Parts: sequence; structure tokens; C-alpha cells
Amino acid sequence: MQKEAAIREPLILGHKTFHDVTEDVCRPIEDKAPKMWYILFTIALIIGLYGIGSICYLLGTGIGVWGLNKTIGWAWDITNFVWWVGIGHAGTLISAVLLLFRQKWRMAINRSAEAMTIFAVFMAGTFPLIHMGRLWVGYWVLPLPNHFGSLWVNFNSPLLWDVFAISTYLSVSLVFWYIGLIPDFATIRDRAKKPVSKKMYSILSFGWSGKAKHWNRFELVSLVLAGLATPLVFSVHSIVSFDFATSIVPGWHTTIFPPYFVAGAVFSGFAMVQTLLLVMRKAMNLEAYIHTKHVEYMNIVIMVTGSIVGTAYITELFISWYSGVEYEAYAFLNRATGPYWWAYWSMMTCNVISPQLMWIRKLRRSLLFTFFISIVVNIGMWFERYVIIVTSIHRDYLPSAWSMHYPSHIDIAVYLGTIGLFFTFFLLFARYFPVLALNEVKTILKGSGQSYKESPDYHKHH
Amino acid sequence: MSDKVIYAMYGDDEVLKSGAKKLVSNGIKIAEVYSPFPIHGIDPIIGVKGTRLGIMAFLYGLTGLALATFGMYYFMVVEWKMNIGGKPNFTYAENMLAFIPVTFEFTVLCAAHGMAIKYLLLNRTLPGMPAQNPDPRTTDDKFVMEIRLSENHGFTDDQVESLLKDTGFVELEKKIIE
Repeated sequence: MQKEAAIREPLILGHKTFHDVTEDVCRPIEDKAPKMWYILFTIALIIGLYGIGSICYLLGTGIGVWGLNKTIGWAWDITNFVWWVGIGHAGTLISAVLLLFRQKWRMAINRSAEAMTIFAVFMAGTFPLIHMGRLWVGYWVLPLPNHFGSLWVNFNSPLLWDVFAISTYLSVSLVFWYIGLIPDFATIRDRAKKPVSKKMYSILSFGWSGKAKHWNRFELVSLVLAGLATPLVFSVHSIVSFDFATSIVPGWHTTIFPPYFVAGAVFSGFAMVQTLLLVMRKAMNLEAYIHTKHVEYMNIVIMVTGSIVGTAYITELFISWYSGVEYEAYAFLNRATGPYWWAYWSMMTCNVISPQLMWIRKLRRSLLFTFFISIVVNIGMWFERYVIIVTSIHRDYLPSAWSMHYPSHIDIAVYLGTIGLFFTFFLLFARYFPVLALNEVKTILKGSGQSYKESPDYHKHH
Repeated sequence: MSDKVIYAMYGDDEVLKSGAKKLVSNGIKIAEVYSPFPIHGIDPIIGVKGTRLGIMAFLYGLTGLALATFGMYYFMVVEWKMNIGGKPNFTYAENMLAFIPVTFEFTVLCAAHGMAIKYLLLNRTLPGMPAQNPDPRTTDDKFVMEIRLSENHGFTDDQVESLLKDTGFVELEKKIIE
């Protein structure tokens, strides 16, 4: 059995047994949902349905219903796409990169973070698809034999790389998540009393029985999937940044984009994880498993990635001056002092200043403060994408073409709708799925549980 | 042929492990261990060999790499050469840099899904498969060792039971399966 230093804070508080872990995670699924769940679910669903209605209107009418114009061909749609993909980066980072680094605190949060990832990538995928205007020919992005002769998709285009990157990321994350879920579904199946839920969870658990050979394979598959998903985490947002970086638009044509986008993605993803988990741990009584130490670790990740993002912003400014290219310099001057100055400075405040507050131990261990900062970061990261996309193109080479972007109500409704759908999915997940990787948590109970750490014979062996 | 099976249930993974060690040193073959989470170090004791799924994943990855390479070579170089901005890109080598992202993604896609499907098939864990654990508590907090008499010639069930006696099990069950 693996032991860790006694002075490390235990990862599981209280005197939990294996059975307690099962109870704590399964009870919210087996009990009746609290009234608050129904209220939140209804609100999220209504907003989500309004979003779907707006998408239907958009598809029926054309993307002219968005506030785009001849100068600004990309605005809220791609902003939202990049924002959601960014949020979707925390889950796989937690479950893959932290698995490779053997960080045990990931076990309490990886399941829900990865669920969040999958739902966020769903929402992200919506935007490029509806941006096509003709959703029904969306499959043309795939290299399929067709009746147009030898017409293939262009593999030189970063937009096509994106298709491969996002779909690989989504499907691999989904498989990774589900393989981890199978043993936990088996636990729920073996406890289920009602015939309907017994049947449902038997199907979902694929007949998992916990045999030694199966666990042996399980651990290897998790490790290899983590190894495969790790470069994916870094590649997906790099490829998203190529959408901009390989263009020749001043403000987009920067080599710093890939690392800067990846850091920003992890930054915003962890902020969303904090927002969701701080509420979830309270609502589902999981305070013993996701506690101040976990929040502190995540805040440190936010602080580090936030600092990388801040450095990237300043580097970008410096290079725009140092390059001596006046168009490049103007793009950045215009961001900071032009008509979109408010977006630029909200981005700077939210993303550069707020993570620096996490250097203070008291603040990064304060749950209320963390919740507040996580919201601030989510807003700041949305503005980052808006600033990059809209302010770079709204004033192009000919002043006669200069324009402003004003979102139409469909822009806003589709965006809010994806937030509603995201929460609808997440609430369903919290209601019917084990939100903690309960069988994985049991493996660290003896090494990092409070009662075992405090027991007198903890230091005896090994 | 009917077979007698003994299930010894434990409340702790370490206790089961030391019990298994004792039994194996006495020449008993343990057919299976059911546990709610992986027991580290049990595999060499009960003779479970390391899986070769990692090698399979590598092969699936190579398949993806080859498919992506040949696919893009065919689409972009053989079947329809694209003249983009007059830049020379009519050979694979000149175009290769642009193909790296898709090659990488497709390699990962094939490796991950190939391995995941292989894993589910090997385990026979598929939608609708029946659970095989002898007791529902083995997915909660109990650990069960399964000993089959047909695999242990020269032992009677009483002999096995007496060997099990002071291994610290919490429950013992004997079953005859057809």
C-alpha cells in the first residue's frame, strides 16, 4: 500500500470506511431529488429550450439574424465556440495529466470535471455547425466520397484540422469518462432496489463484476488513455488558435497563440470547475471529499495559468510595438484605446489581476472568494475571445469598411441557450450519475484518509 | 460436470492479499478475486498475467497513422492537387507540415477507440451483459476470493476450508455449480 507524508493534509476528511464512500456518493442518486434541483433544472431547461428555438429560427432564416456584417464575419459565434472549448479543457487535464503526475486529489473531482468537459465541448461544437447556416450539409466537413467528382476537403486548412481535433477530443474524452464510470455504475446496480433503476444501471454498467484481470486491464487502459489524452489537451486548443494564427489579420497573426490559448483554456476550465464544484459539494454533501485543500490546489492552477495568460498579453503588446509593423501596432492600440476599450480592460482586470490575488493563502483557501473569482475569470475569458476576434477585424485596412459589432437578440439567445443546455446536462449528470469516482476514491482512502492518517500504526509499515 | 466453488469474503483488501499468499503457498489455485477497486499486488499472487492491451493500442495507433498518411496523400496529392495561392504543394513532402495536425489527431483517435473497444470485448463488458460477481457487496466494500475444487485436485473442500480458517474472512459460502 502506498503511503504519503503524514504532514500532508488528508484528502478525505472524517472517519470514512469503504462503505461510507459508497453511501455518500450513491445516496443522492437513490433518494428523491431535492426541490432545489427541480427549480434549477426547470430554469436551465427553459433557457436551453429558448436557445434551441433561436437556433431553429436561425437555421430557417439564415445567419443574417446574427449581428454580423461585411467587416465582422466572426463575432459572438466563434467567441462562444472558443470560450466553450476552453472550458472543456479542465476535465481532461484533471483526469489525464494529473493521472500521469500521480496527483491523488484529482480523484475527487475528475468525474464531474470530465462531465463538464464533455458537455462544454457539445456546446462548443454547436457554434461552428450552426455557423454553416445549412446544418444539414454539416457532414461535408468529412472527407467522404461524393458525387461532385474528385472533390475533397482541404487538409491544408486549420478549420479542417479543427474538425478532426474537436471530434477526436470529444469522443476520446467521452470514452475515457465512460470507462471510468462502468465500475461505479456496477456499484449503483448492485445497490438498486427498484426494478427500473436496477435494469437501467445493469445496462449502463455493461455487466462489470470487478474481476482481478478486469481491474488489471482497467488500470492499464486508464493509463494509456491518459497518455493519449494528454497531448490531445495541448493539441486541441493549439489547433483552435491556428484558426487565427495562420491568418494574416493583424492581431491574429501571432506565433504566441498556441501556448497562450492552451494556458487560457486551462485557466477558464478550472474556473468553471470551481464554480460548479463549490455548489455541488454543498448541495450533495460531499464536503468531506472535495474540501479546502482541493479548492486550494485548483486555485494554484488558476494562479499559474492566469500568470501565463497575463505574460502572453504583455508579450503581445510588446511584440506589436517591437515588430515595427504599423498595422500590427494599431491593432493593439485600437484594442486598448479604441471603441472596444471597455472589453479590453475588463479582460485585463479579470484575467491578469484577479489570479494574482491567489498568492495570498487566506484568499485561495476561502471558498466564497474562490467562487467569486471563478465567475470573474469566466467573464474575463469570454471577453478575451471577444477582444481577439472582434477588435482585430472591426477596423480593417480601408477606413470606409470600419464597422462595429452589435449583438442581435438571437446572438444573445443562442449564447444563453448553450449555457442553459450545459446546466441541464450537468444537473441530469448530478442526479443520475456517480459524481465522484467512488471506486477510485476508495483506493486512496487508506493512504490519504483522515482516520488512517491519524491512526497510531500509520507510520509502522514500509 | 458439477463443480464445487468456495467463496471466501473479506472486509479488507490487505487481509485478502495475505490470505491469498498463504493459500497459494500451500498449493491452492485461486480462480478469481472480485473487488470493488483494484487491489495492487494481487495479480502476481493469484497468477494473473499483465495485460498486453498497451501493445494493441500502439498497433491501433500505427494503423491510424498509416490511414491518415495514405488518405491525405491520396486526397491532396494524387487525386486532386490544390493550387493554393500559387504555392508549390504538389508533393507529399512539401505539404507534410500541414498534414501533421490531422495525422496526429487520427492516430490518437484510432489508438484510443481501438483499445477501448478491445478492452470491452476482452472483458466481455458490453451493454446487456449480466453481472457475474457472486455477491452484490463486492462492488461496495467486500472482497471475495473464489476457489474451484475442479482446479484443485487432491484437495477436499474441508481441507480448503481449514486452510482458509485463520485468513480472517468474514463469510464463507460453498456452492455447487453445474
